[in-house]
Amino acid sequence: MSGHHASSAISADVRAVEAFLEQRGVLDPGEIDTRIDEFLAGGSPANGARVVARAWVDPAFTDRLLADANSAIREVGLSMAGGIQEQRLKVVANTAEEHNVVVCTLCSCYPIALLGPSPSWYKSEAYRSRVVRDPRGVLREFGLELPAATSIAVWDASAESRYMVLPRRPEGSDGLTEEALAGLVTRKGLIGTASV
Amino acid sequence: MADRFAPGDRVRTRALDPAGHTRLPRYARGAVGTVVEPAGRHPLADDRARGLRPDPQPVYHVRFAAADLFGGGDHSVTVELWEDYLTPAEEQA
Repeated sequence: MSGHHASSAISADVRAVEAFLEQRGVLDPGEIDTRIDEFLAGGSPANGARVVARAWVDPAFTDRLLADANSAIREVGLSMAGGIQEQRLKVVANTAEEHNVVVCTLCSCYPIALLGPSPSWYKSEAYRSRVVRDPRGVLREFGLELPAATSIAVWDASAESRYMVLPRRPEGSDGLTEEALAGLVTRKGLIGTASV
Repeated sequence: MADRFAPGDRVRTRALDPAGHTRLPRYARGAVGTVVEPAGRHPLADDRARGLRPDPQPVYHVRFAAADLFGGGDHSVTVELWEDYLTPAEEQA
């Protein structure tokens, strides 16, 4: 039996289906756990942070990242091919004029390889339903007050693409190494609910 | 099959409320937006959910003005949409 279930009502249904499939010999005991662990292996926001730090120090890498993210992240030893099939990755870059924020309104699609398992608020109906309508208000609740002149672009992962935000490099970070720069990047920054 | 739409094209989404699974979010139905770029080719999720094996078709990032979706707001919302969901904006959906 999988150990990944929470205590919600749908989890009870999933547990029942899983127990049934194990009982009928369709699944080996513990097989779901193994599959989930394999899928999550190595997935961490530290990966996304490494991609961002490379982009901050290497403008040519940034260009490749924005044009074809799947190819570019291989240059830093990362891949979106950990699941059943390689997922298309789209990186969207914040600028002085436009701030990006990511959501999946239909479910909770998310680039696990680069960001690790998603935070619970990302999967909540409140975030999913509100951020498309009132992103400025939702970001304010996260503590991110954007200038009125900064426009906001919301990206809804409704199909096969997964999105990651490329935050703006903080001012005063000129002397930092690539590794130190990666340490500035947060999971919220990669989703777009924080500035870095 | 060649892509029907190119970046910059104005497109209108289907307004139908289908009986089964769809990846055309309700808030984006019957709306006019602009194709940003192609997003790969994939079998239509609606048909796959019904156990069919459709051929891959183009998927596009389509950008909408929030005001066109919700009647207000100064932001944009970009949604990935299968070609089957889209008609040229000047045609009636």
